[in-house]
Amino acid sequence: MSLYAVEITYLIAAILFVFGLKGLSHPDSARRGMILAAAGMAAAIVGTLFERAIVSYEWIVAGLVVGSLIGAAMSIWMPMTAMPQRTALSHAFGALAAALVGVAEYSLHGASMGRFRIGALGFEVMLGSLTFTGSMMAFSKLQGLMRGTPITYKGQNVVTSILLVVTVSSFIYLLINPSFAAAFYVMVCIAFLFGVLLVIPIGASDMPVVMSLLNSYAGLASAATGFVLANNVLIIAGTLDGFSGFILSILMCRAMNRSITNVLFGAFGAYVADTGVAETGTMREVGLEDVAIQLAYARQVVFVPGYGMATAQAQFAVRDLGDALEHHGVTVKYAIHPVAGRMPGHMNVLLAEANVPYSSLYEMEQINPELPRTDVAVVIGANDVVNPEARDNPKSPIAGMPIIECDRSKSVVVLKRGKGKGFSGLENPLFFKPNTGMLYGDAKTSLSQLVQEVQKVR
Amino acid sequence: MNPELLIASLYVFALAAFLGYQVISRVPPLLHTPLMSATNAISGISVVGALVIAGAHENHYTAWLGFIAVVLASANVVGGFMITDRMLKMFRKKDELKDVKKENAKK
Repeated sequence: MSLYAVEITYLIAAILFVFGLKGLSHPDSARRGMILAAAGMAAAIVGTLFERAIVSYEWIVAGLVVGSLIGAAMSIWMPMTAMPQRTALSHAFGALAAALVGVAEYSLHGASMGRFRIGALGFEVMLGSLTFTGSMMAFSKLQGLMRGTPITYKGQNVVTSILLVVTVSSFIYLLINPSFAAAFYVMVCIAFLFGVLLVIPIGASDMPVVMSLLNSYAGLASAATGFVLANNVLIIAGTLDGFSGFILSILMCRAMNRSITNVLFGAFGAYVADTGVAETGTMREVGLEDVAIQLAYARQVVFVPGYGMATAQAQFAVRDLGDALEHHGVTVKYAIHPVAGRMPGHMNVLLAEANVPYSSLYEMEQINPELPRTDVAVVIGANDVVNPEARDNPKSPIAGMPIIECDRSKSVVVLKRGKGKGFSGLENPLFFKPNTGMLYGDAKTSLSQLVQEVQKVR
Repeated sequence: MNPELLIASLYVFALAAFLGYQVISRVPPLLHTPLMSATNAISGISVVGALVIAGAHENHYTAWLGFIAVVLASANVVGGFMITDRMLKMFRKKDELKDVKKENAKK
């Protein structure tokens, strides 16, 4: 096959990728779009097999088979609650692949590369390496292999800055003298280390931002690979991925009213001093029967899920309760905060898995005007995203973060594991309001019991 | 690399960035998780770079690096598209769900 034919398959792939992502603008067109994108990918891979540089096929076929089996296994058996972990792993895979391609390219042609190519190669390998280790750290935190709280030590920012300086200076040295391999390998090793140090001080509740950023880096590493290999489809696909991650990071930061630098270097969870007003009131504990009656006679109920729903695997129980209430003629809606959960859109996927129709899932901006008309807001394992301190107390560490305004609804029921503070360690005045009832216990158990109680109500 | 090629690459990059911004801003928050897994699968296109390195087999060292990269990138491609589809299948309208429930009731 001629060179042109290979290039044409790449062009087709690039066009189909864009169509695929365009399909994602609506749930109805999304699956068709993804089939197009997958077809584009298949075309590009088949086209590449005809590349003249390829002389032996054993390694390639073995690699493709092994990789496909791993990928298929990961996607078939991975529970939806583990989506953040899976995504972190796939960022790690993609980034490491880009880094390894970069290392191989350098060892083959490094000495003869022009300044521009070596520059692109440097970006590719640096971003790839730090995204790999950073994603592995994010994975360990999400999987619970490592504690989720920020890990900080004295002089952390100094150490991180020194490493950054060393990496960047070896990069610059490499630009001046491309054949100096030691500079290249020093850069790679330090980038690996840098990725670890970048993620360990970040708390698990900031994971949506970290995931988006790592997404962006992994994409940009692929785009840099495209520059090194002068391959346009790689540049396009990598840039689309990079920008998608970038846009998501901005959206996530906006949803927390924080800057990216603040998330990366702020070590949010390290705030020990709670600047919130000390709460003197008491939390009112409520019983299952009372809540069931309150819900069954409501006109509108809004569920507000948080990461607690995912850890309790309670999405199916939530849907059962929603169904039971709808049977009583109650309007049931689900309010999703952009940073609820551990990655963008996490709650939507879980509720969709439990057969909640997507028309019942409401974004924060859509649901807030409706909350004053809502009889009961049911908070399930969410805390900061419903904390009125963010709106009312300018000194609060989460001040300015947009929230789901449950405190404006007629009454609130909070499902919570225990009496402790939330993940961020902040006091939540919502829990102390006179019209808030606290229902302690495992969310899944409480919800299933509520379903039975609601069914008893006539 | 000659300057024309560099400039052409930069054009591609800039236009792809612009296009990406336009297309991805329209994705609703509802689908942000599938978006992440989809873009992940798409950027697995770096498998083509890995294929060339593994297949060119210049020496054992680079062939191994290429082989591992092929495994990782193709895992992302296959896994990414499969899980995206699995997720997208779950986003259903109310009337579609009623049919599903009826079927389940029959069973």
